[in-house]
This record gives sequence, structure tokens and C-alpha cells, in this order.
Amino acid sequence: MLDLSLLIIKYMPMMQKYSAAALLRHGLNRHTTWPRAWRCPPLKDAYDVIIIGAGGHGLATAYHLAKDHGITNVAILERGWLGGGNIARNTVTIRSNYMRDASIPFYVKSVALYEGLTKALNFNMMHSKRTMVDVVQTYPKMRELRRRQLTMDIYGSTYEQISVDALRRRIPALTGGGLDARLPIIGGMVHTDAGVNRHDAVAWGYARAIDAMGVEIHQQTAVENLLRGADGRINGVQTNRGLVRAPKVVVAVSGHTTTLTETAGLKLPLRTMNLTAFVSEPVKPLVDVIVNCPDAGFYFSQSDKGEMVIGGAPDMGQSFRRDIKQHVFEDTVTAMLSLFPSFKKLKLLRQWGGHLDIAHDASPIMDQTDVPGLFITAGWWGGYKAIPAGGLTLAHLVATGRPHDLMSKFTLKRFRHLDYVMESGTTTAR
Amino acid sequence: MMNIPCPFCGSRNEAEFAFGGPVKPDRPDPNTVSEGEWVAYLTQVPNPLGPVQERWWHVKGCGMWLTIWRDTRTHDIVEGPADAE
Amino acid sequence: MPSNRMDTGGRIDRDRPLNFTFNGRRLQGFAGDTLASALLANRVRLTARSFKYHRPRGIIGAGVEEPSTLVELLGDDASGNRPATTVPLRDGLIAKSVNCWPSPGFDLGAINQLIGRFIPAGFYYKTFKWPGWHLYEPTIRKAAGLAAAPAAPPEQGHFENRFAHCDLLIAGAGPAGLMAASTAGRAGLRVMIADEATEAGGSLLNRRLTIGGTPALGWVKAVVDELATLPNVTHLQNATVWAYREHNYLMVNERAPDNPSLLERNWRVRAGQVICATGAIERMLVFGNNDRPGVMLASAAQTYVNRYGVRPGQRAVVFTNNNSAYAVAADLTAAGITVAAIIDSRTDVPEEARTLVEDVDVLAGHVVTGARGARQVRGVTIAPVDGGASRQITCDLLAHSGGWNPAVHLWSQSRGNLRYDDTLTSFLPDQAAQDATSVGATNGQMTLADALGSGARAGADAAGITMPDIPTSADLIYAVTPLWRVEQGRDKAFLDIQNDVTVDDVHLALREGYDNVEHVKRYTTGGMGIDQGKTGNINIIGTVAMQQGAPLEELGTTTFRSPYTPVSFGAIGGLREDSVVLPYRHTPLTAWNIKNGAFMYESGARWRRPGYFPQPGESFQETVNRECRIVRNGVGVYDGSPLGTFEFKGRDVGRFLDHIYTNIMSTLKPGHGRYGLMLSDDGLIIDDGVALRLSEHRWIVSTSTGHADAMNSHFEELLQTQFPDWNVFVTTVTSQWNNATICGPLARDVMQALGTDIDISPAALPFMGFADGHVAGIPARLVRVSFTGELSFEVNVAPRHLPALWDKIMTAGAPFGIAPIGSEANHVLRVEKGFLSLGHEVDGTVDPYDLGLGWAMSKKKTDYLGKHAVAIRRSGTTNRRELVGILPEPDQMIPEGAPLTPGGERKPTEGLVTACVYSTVHDRWVGLALLENGHSRHGETVRARLKDKVIAARVTPPIHYDAAGERLRS
Repeated sequence: MLDLSLLIIKYMPMMQKYSAAALLRHGLNRHTTWPRAWRCPPLKDAYDVIIIGAGGHGLATAYHLAKDHGITNVAILERGWLGGGNIARNTVTIRSNYMRDASIPFYVKSVALYEGLTKALNFNMMHSKRTMVDVVQTYPKMRELRRRQLTMDIYGSTYEQISVDALRRRIPALTGGGLDARLPIIGGMVHTDAGVNRHDAVAWGYARAIDAMGVEIHQQTAVENLLRGADGRINGVQTNRGLVRAPKVVVAVSGHTTTLTETAGLKLPLRTMNLTAFVSEPVKPLVDVIVNCPDAGFYFSQSDKGEMVIGGAPDMGQSFRRDIKQHVFEDTVTAMLSLFPSFKKLKLLRQWGGHLDIAHDASPIMDQTDVPGLFITAGWWGGYKAIPAGGLTLAHLVATGRPHDLMSKFTLKRFRHLDYVMESGTTTAR
Repeated sequence: MMNIPCPFCGSRNEAEFAFGGPVKPDRPDPNTVSEGEWVAYLTQVPNPLGPVQERWWHVKGCGMWLTIWRDTRTHDIVEGPADAE
Repeated sequence: MPSNRMDTGGRIDRDRPLNFTFNGRRLQGFAGDTLASALLANRVRLTARSFKYHRPRGIIGAGVEEPSTLVELLGDDASGNRPATTVPLRDGLIAKSVNCWPSPGFDLGAINQLIGRFIPAGFYYKTFKWPGWHLYEPTIRKAAGLAAAPAAPPEQGHFENRFAHCDLLIAGAGPAGLMAASTAGRAGLRVMIADEATEAGGSLLNRRLTIGGTPALGWVKAVVDELATLPNVTHLQNATVWAYREHNYLMVNERAPDNPSLLERNWRVRAGQVICATGAIERMLVFGNNDRPGVMLASAAQTYVNRYGVRPGQRAVVFTNNNSAYAVAADLTAAGITVAAIIDSRTDVPEEARTLVEDVDVLAGHVVTGARGARQVRGVTIAPVDGGASRQITCDLLAHSGGWNPAVHLWSQSRGNLRYDDTLTSFLPDQAAQDATSVGATNGQMTLADALGSGARAGADAAGITMPDIPTSADLIYAVTPLWRVEQGRDKAFLDIQNDVTVDDVHLALREGYDNVEHVKRYTTGGMGIDQGKTGNINIIGTVAMQQGAPLEELGTTTFRSPYTPVSFGAIGGLREDSVVLPYRHTPLTAWNIKNGAFMYESGARWRRPGYFPQPGESFQETVNRECRIVRNGVGVYDGSPLGTFEFKGRDVGRFLDHIYTNIMSTLKPGHGRYGLMLSDDGLIIDDGVALRLSEHRWIVSTSTGHADAMNSHFEELLQTQFPDWNVFVTTVTSQWNNATICGPLARDVMQALGTDIDISPAALPFMGFADGHVAGIPARLVRVSFTGELSFEVNVAPRHLPALWDKIMTAGAPFGIAPIGSEANHVLRVEKGFLSLGHEVDGTVDPYDLGLGWAMSKKKTDYLGKHAVAIRRSGTTNRRELVGILPEPDQMIPEGAPLTPGGERKPTEGLVTACVYSTVHDRWVGLALLENGHSRHGETVRARLKDKVIAARVTPPIHYDAAGERLRS
């Protein structure tokens, strides 16, 4: 049986400031006095806004709804556990080296928000602005990256070309790709704005902050159907815990977007694919930048734990299996060994997959749908780097009904006129 | 890596194939359907949580385009090409 | 030197001593030892320091479950983070502990123990925030990471991959796996059996059991010998089944295969059926200081005495919650170790267990609340499980057993379900997701007889035969009562030894709301080490269950991920390196090009082509200028072979080409060619090229080099899926027709000098015409197309004739000053002419109208690919970017890709420079650009925004040279 004080701790919003002093103080109590980071409140019948999915985008959207627009009667409904979707399984690469006017300012904003997130949320994101270095092996790729560089400069995002020698000094483990290699390295690009942080901290930091502002997070609450009223508007959701009403519903469930929207009779230009990542055994510091090899088709960075966190190309075919395709994995490993031959003796420690949705033009979609009151944020590929700005802009859209300037090109309506956003910077590896 | 039944070559590793995408409805006559229907045909593909009908091209084999039903949750090929063994 | 080595027993060869070095100490072991058993034999107990608190640690396990002693091998074996329990000893081995400096005995990092109280789970989320993480990160990074990163690839030897197909793959060669292999192998199935250990037998190697009345290892030898005689059986030892993928595709990493040059082999196995016979892993008990050197898994202590002839201590206490430790106590006693007591948390000890150790004190209903001793265990504190006075027992070995976890890792990777079994207090395989079964301890069959029986049953079922006879065996009945943790005082009680995760850490996580087991794992990092929590994960789940009052089956497990144990990337990559993965495409002229000083590079679709042919002393720009002048003023030749070439045959080719090209092709007369554009159905330009009609039903279609493969797919998909009844056959002939393209005002003179039986007069062979015949005596097809804007003859010949033709062109052309030209000059020449290049002007945003190619969009055809999409797109978009020419003012180069912005300000772009080249005909820089509403802005000045300057440019039509096209038609 739970006593009342525990109930209060469980249900009342409160926030303990995190600091070294707090650690010392609670340490003297053997850490038995830390409060819950977020509550576990009872599910109500109705909210102003329901957000489906306690992943990065859902949590960030709730944060900005509460903080920027004062909308706090919000429930996040999560089928599994908070932060357990793609935010739990990505490679934490944060960058803004995109090609198009439509994308660059959005990602510049996202990078800036990420850099301030530790302070904003009083939660150490371990943001490490450690620079991304592209290893370029073909002239067409170099031409494309130079083109990005010049457009990025307009928006204040940094990209500088460096020589092969400078590249090798920057990444001493890069010993492959010499003149007699299949694809000799011809140069590099340096994106100093890029960084990595701790993905779990992002999920937990947002969760703790929105909980303190009154937003409710309901885990193990699976939305089975979207519900529409007689007027066609969205008016709630059917969950495994019963019916919950809201005039506005946000779908932020990378991968399962169409699964959900089709329950409201809505088809979308999205398909679901699997993307994998893997880590090596932890070793002492070897590489201090994010290394991206677009021609070889892989990228990696070394985590603070010492693991190389490695990503490659997505698998072919639609998939919800979160699996590893051995041949795709071998291609990625082989590409890596061609440039980093010493990694032959490094060991694979763990690998995993995640499903994400990709729009017909491979650019994100953030819009109110043809079902009034139903909003989607989807098609992000790896949407990790977009989380803070994605939350900012989606909250703006939900609160005001108008797209945010930073997202105005990424509406669902663009498909009506086949007005695609053709962005080459979407994936890291290609 | 899946094992895909090719009607001509028998079961072969997925690495021999190129993915051809989910099977869309037959291409309508663009002169008779509405613009909205045409756009939907162009941009939307089936994306089911479950069996999907899709095509694979045996590009590193016999060159055949074949059609299978594959469950997107398990990757089980629930129905092979009609004339596969 | 004092030794823990027994005089007899074990599977070591006392006649083959091996010298090795550990942390600088020179030591000796025997053939058959692991590094761990040799260290224990040498009484080296302090072998490691822990990850976070740098606590002293020893050897805890005897196999892949080892969470504590990770070593770095140096010298020839160099590799990091290897559990000492899995390193076979060899002469000259050099090993050192990871994560301590300078040594585990005196480790400076041990200072962390003093502040341990203030750095609980997740402490870093709450601090290190001011002034910024960057201040703390370098120190944290240096402290983490365990072993050093490899400095170089292996100096000798290589890795390889191998495919294998079998009817039945058996993972694990313990009693159940061997029984299954023998049953299915005798029945004629193609069987593969792979086991991670250096020799077969599994748990039988570590225990003293009998099968058929004789020592069990005799039975193992007989089975292994028989398997060796069966040609349908492949038996691998030292080979770990590390991944179970979709469609029964499994990975087996074989170490040190029987080939001196081979380091490791990775088998990719497609199995008809799979039997998981992966055994079980003993779990730890959780009590204060359960990590002290000398605190060891009971099964490990048993393994050391039985398999390696090593006593891991002199005076032991056994702590257990299950029967299996009683057999351990009996074996320890038999090995001459004093077992001071068995502490059993159960109040009722089964009689069959008790009788194994009649002379040993058994304290039922008691628990060990803590281990004593700082650098190694010197005794234990015990107390009744339901409270009461504690007392102490002196010992130098604490062998503990928390019960057994079936090794369900592979099963779970296959997506088979797990269920929690209350009797065995562990998760067991439930519903299979693929054609797989589990047997023996993996399936909860904990006694030898059950293991043999389940193996035989699975093998017989796989082969479709009746169950064979099972040899008799005797084994202790397994019974366990869960004990997830011992309630105790302030000493740290570890749930995850490798990542230093304690009971308090899990309680803290729960207190703060991280209450899903995945949250607990991530917040505490429990189970995220190299061992992936093989000994401790279930205790974490049990601890969560106790705290939340929830049953374990509701909590479930965290996800089991491949690999089962770490695998080197070298083995995964195998021999697939560099050009094996990405083969070059060469034309027959590559050798000539290299010999003649060409700068070669890859220019799309894996073709390696000459970029330019520098002469001594020439700069890049001088070379390109010279090559351009040669083509504009004299004659040049280039190798056009990589261009995608397809032969179309059949009655419906014209109809098909009308569908895929924007313009009408079916009206073309035989003997003529036509340029055309191809769109995707959603209106994006996918290629351009020339179609030649050879005869009524035979055509040649050329595509751009880089898109040839994609176009092949496009043609085949349409023909096979949309128009299967159309009579059209496509054959790729890119490598059947090579060509040398002679271009320039003197091209016809060179053709005449070469000699040809084709009438090459402008009237007989006009632009876009072609003819078959001979050139310089070589059978050839002569085509009048031009990518340079000059008079051009594309001489197409069989690849075997191209080098000869090339030589003859060089000889015949010499009087006219002919020279080879590369891709760079070609690029300049096409920009001068305003010809398109996919990837430059065509980047997915423009349509044919934008490029001034609206004439190619047939109005007569009611339907073709992309027609309606282009119309829809144009109806909904304004301010389209259109192709224009630009002349930089003042004359200078503008980098390709430079954005055009209003007034050159840092504002959203209105276009970009797609190409800018030095034009030798105009003696200045000229370029092409995509510009918003560019077609109506000729004559305006636009501005390119660079990082540090703005360059103005005058907008012109996109053709800078010979707008009327007189030269290419000449």
C-alpha cells in the first residue's frame, strides 16, 4: 500500500533543481530524497491537446506549447516507454549542413536550441560541439558540398574545405583512402557547428521540464484509433485505457504515422523504412570529431564512453521489424574498414535498428492534415537533430493554426502541386 | 538478409535483388481521373503494418521483376511469385 | 612461487608449460589453460579495477559471462577488452588489465571510491553543467573507454567470409547440442554444429558426471569422433553463433580456423532449421561487496578445479539459493579445498542436494550479507534470512550461485517470445518466430538426462525419424528459490559488476521515476557493458520487481541484441575490400590513357576516366584551355565508351519510346537519330540522350553515363510490370559498343585520312544521322552526334577493336594536330554550348520548360511519363528557376554552386551558378545559372553571394557559342 506522501510525490508537479550542490546534499542522505523526475498522474477524460508519442518531437512540442503558448492541459500518450522510439536508437548527430534555403535556417535554429538545452531544462545534455568532418572521395560530392557551403554561409552555418593533409592531421586514424585506394580521398569539409549529445538526457530533460509545467505523460498508453466527430473534425483518441477527448491531436510517432492516420481515413505520402546503427567496444579516445564519409556511405563518432557509434545507409524495403540486414551491415563495415583499416581489430559490441518514415520527396512533413484538428510531424528520416526546432515550430502551428516561418515549405499541401523539396542533406551517410 | 523466391532461379539471397517498391494500383488514365486522384497515385504507396505486395528485381541474377507479399512486421514472405517453386 | 595448481586432474597438459606476461609479471601456465585459469594457478587474485569506482576486482566467471577481468593483449595478438576467461593461453602471450593506471594493485583512479557516495547513477545528468560540458568532457572521455584503440590493422593474416547452407544449424556443442547433432547427422541431415569453446562438451567439461556409466567426457569424445566421420556434418569449435537474422540466416564467427594465414572466418549460414543449445549462464547473488576478488560464481570455481586443475582458494564458503552449488561444494571438497560452510537462503534444502556434501556445514535459511576484506575476500558475514544475529566465517573463496539463466540470447534475436517461468525463476523460450527450437538448459532442461533427451528429440524431429535411445546419466535435480538481492547495510552490492551498478542505483532510478526496465538500464547503465549483463540483468529486473511489487513477467526483459559476444569488424568485412566492393569500370583505353599521362578519376557510375592530359609544365587550367582550343580550332578525340547504350528490339519499341520520352520517337525514320528527354511519372527529369532507329524494329538508345544503371531498371520495370504483353526487348550494350569520338572542324579530314567506306559528306551523313560500315578497316557504326558543339563523328566499334582504332586515329590525325581530350575540357565545351549536365543544371527542381526544352514536351501525345505531373506542378508554382547564361562582371571565375541573392545580400537565394568555365573562344569566364524567372531577365545584372565578396554577372541566353548550331551541323 502506498502512503499519502508517496501519492503526492507521484501526482504533484514539482521540480528539484539539479546541481553539484544538490548532489552533495542528497548524497549525504544516500540519495534517498530525490523526487521523481516526472509524475505518473491519472488519465483524464479530456485535454486541450493530445500528443501521440513521447519521443523527441512529441516531448519538444509539448515543451514549447507550454512554455511559448501557455498551453499546459496537454497529455502525451505513449504506447511503450518514454523516450523509447527513435530517440533511444539514433546516433545523436546534430548539424545544419543542408543544401536548400528551406532547410538550412530550420537546422541552424535547431542546433542553437540544442546548445542551450542543458541550461533551459536544467538537465545536462552533455552537448559536445565537436565538429563534423566530411571525408570526400569523389569530385561530384565535393562539388555538391561546396554548393552547400556557399548557401549555408548565408544563414551563418559554417562549412570549410580542408586539404587531404589537414584532414589526416585532424583524424589520425584515417589511414585508408590513399592515392592507390579504390576511391582516393580528395579533401574534406569541416562543419564546426555540429555536435553530439546524450539522447536519453534529451528525452528525460524535456519530460521533466514539461511535467513541472503541468503537462501529463502517460506511458503504456497505446492509441488504437483516431476519432472524428460528425463534422469531420478530430475529437479524440481511443486508447487501451479508454477514450480520451481533445479538439487537437498531434501525431508524432515516426514510423507508425500512416498506421495511425489511416484509422481516420487519411492516406499520406509516407513509407516506413528501417535504419540501423551499431557501436564498437569502448576504447580510449581516438577520434574527437564526427567523421562523415558520404562517398563510402557511413559515419561515426566516438562517445564519451569510448564506443564508436556508427551509422550507414537505410535498408531497402518497407519495414517495421527493427532489424539488421546483414548485407547492408557488411557494406557499411567494409566501407569503414577501407578508410579506417585499424578498425579490423576493433570489435562490434551492439547493433540495432529503428523504423522511420520517409516522405515521397524525402523531406519532412509538418502540417495540419485534411482532418481538421489533426496535426502530423513526420518524414524526418533521422529526426533527432530536428527535435528542438521541430517542437518549436509544431507548437506554433498547433497553437496558432499557422505554419512557423521556419517550416513553411514543409507542408503536406506541397504535394498537391507536386512541389517537392529536393534536399540532398537529409541523410548523413549519403 | 532475406531469401527471396525467384520463379526462374529458385531461392536467392536478397543481396542479389534490387528493391522495386510496393505495388501501387494500376496506373489510371491521367486524362480521365481528377488532378487529386492523379497526385495521390503518384505520391502515395501502400504502407501497411502487415503484408505488403511489393516488387523485387533480380538484377544480379536473371533480371526478372517479381512480386511477393511480405509481412513488414516479420519479413516473412507470406506469398511468393505465383510461378515460383 | 606458491601455486594453486593441483597435481593431477583437469584438461591441461602439464608437459607443455607456457610462459606469459601479465601486467609486467612473467608467469607460467600450461597448454589448455585460459589466461584466467593460469592467473588463478599463479595466485594472482587482483586482476582488474572496476569501471567507475576503480574498486579492486578479480576473476568472477570462467567463460563469456566474465564481467570483471578484461584484458588488453599486446604484441602479435593485440586486441582489447578481452575477458581473461576466454583468452586461450599461448607461449609468449602478453596481457595487461584495462582501465587502471599504473596497475590494478596501485590504481590512481581508486580515488573515485572516496567520492563514490556523491556520484550515484545518472549523476552526470545533474551536474557538470556550469559553465559548460566542454570543460569536463575531456577528462571524462579519458577516464572512460577501457582498452586502447587498435593502432594498426593486423600485420599478418587476413579475415574471410564464407557462405554455408545446411538443413540444421545447432548452436552449442554441450550434451543437448551433441545429442541433437549425432541424431540428425546419423539420419543424413546436412548438419552444422558450432560451439564457442575451444573444445566440445559444454558444461560437461566443467563437471564430474557420467553418461552410460562412464565419465561423460568419454561420451563427448565418442560423439565428436563420430561426427568427424559423417560427411554431412560440419563441426566447428571456437566458433560463436553471434547473430540470428531473418529467414534463418545466422552468423558464426570462427576464431583461429585451421589455416595459418587466417585470423578469423565469418560464416554466413542459411539454415533450414535451427536448434538453440546454448546452455545457461549462472547468475550472481547480490550482497555487500559481492565484487571482492575471491568472490566467484560457483560454476566458475567448479570449472577451475575440474577443467583446469586449479584451486581458486584454500578455504571456501558456498552461498546459494539453488541445488547446483551443492555439486560445486562436492567438487571443491574433492579437489582438496576446505568448504567451511554452505549458506543457503532456502529454509528447506532438498535431501538429494544435502547428501552430496554430508561432511559440510549447511546453514539453511541464511544469507551472506557481506564479504569482508579490502583487496581480496578474507571472510563473510552471514545472518539468518529473516533477520537475527550475524556472524562471520573466515574464507578466501566465496563461491556463489543465484541460479541459472537459460542463454536465450539467440532465441530472442530470432524474435522468438520469452516467458517467465516461476519454477526456474528465469525467462525461457516460448513461441518460435522462425523455424527454431531450443533444447537443454536453454529450454529449462536443467539435468543431464533432460538435456540429452531434449537434444535427441529435437534432432529426431528435424530429421523426421523416431526418437533414438538415450544413454543413461545421473544428475542432481535442479531446484531454486529466487533471491534477487540480500537486504543489507551500507556496503555496495553490485547488480552489474562491469558497469559498477549497485542496488542503490536501481532504487534511485525507480525513486526518480525511471521505472520501466529500459529506463532503469539506461539511467543506471546496468547491462550496457561488454558482457551485456550476462550475469546480472535478471537481478536488476528482480530488484525492480521487488521494489515495485510487480511480477517479473510483467516487467519483461530488455532487448537482446546481436552480437552475442563481441566480433571483430575485420571478420565481418572479410576479404571484401576496396575494389572488391566497388569494382572499377574501365574502357579498353585505360592503359593508353595512363601511359599518356592522363589524370584519371572516377566520374560517375564507377567509371574511371581521364580528366585531362597535362603536358610537362602545364597547369590544370592551361591543359584544359589547350584541349578546348584543339577542339574548337582543329580536331580532338575522346573516349565516349562509358555512355549508357541500350539496344531495343521488337514491334512495340516505337510505342514504348513514345511513353518514356517526352517527345515523339515513333515517327523517326530508320537511319536517323533524335535527341530526347525522359521524365519520371512525377515529372522529374531523369535522363536525356539520343535514340537511333536502326531499322523498323531495332533501336539504339543512349543514356547519360551516370544514370545508365537506373535507366536499365526503369526500362525493365515498365516492360515487365506495366507492359508485359508489349513486344519490346532491351539489351544493355554499353560494353559491346565502345567509341572514339572525333570532334572539331577538322574531324572530317581525319575521317578521310583514316579511310572509310561510309559516305561522310554532310548530305549523306547529316547531323543526327548514322551509318554502318568500316573505319580504318574496322567494322564500325558512325554516328553524327555532338556533345561539344563541333562537327563530330562517333566511331562505334567492338571493344576489342578500340585500342587499334585509337592508334590509327592518333596516326591519321597527327598531321592535323589531333590530341586526346578529357572530361574537363568536355565540360567546358558543353557549358559554352549551353548543353545540360545532369547533376549540374538538373538537380530535381527544374522541368524541361525551365531549361528551355519546352519544345521537347510533345503536345500531340495525350499521355507520356511525366506529362501531367509537369502540368500540375507548373500550375501550382510561380517564380520558377530557369536556365540562363551568365557573364561575370568584371571577368572572373564564380565558384560552381554559388548562390545568387537579391543584391548579393545574405538573403534567401534566387538562384545559383550551376557551372562557370573559362571560355577560350570568348577569352573570358562564362557560366550557366538557374535563376528565378530567368528567361525574362536576360540583360539584367545578378549577384553571386560568396563568403567574403559579391560578384556581379550579366544574364544572357544559355548558349554562349554558335547559337544557330551551324558548326555541329557542318
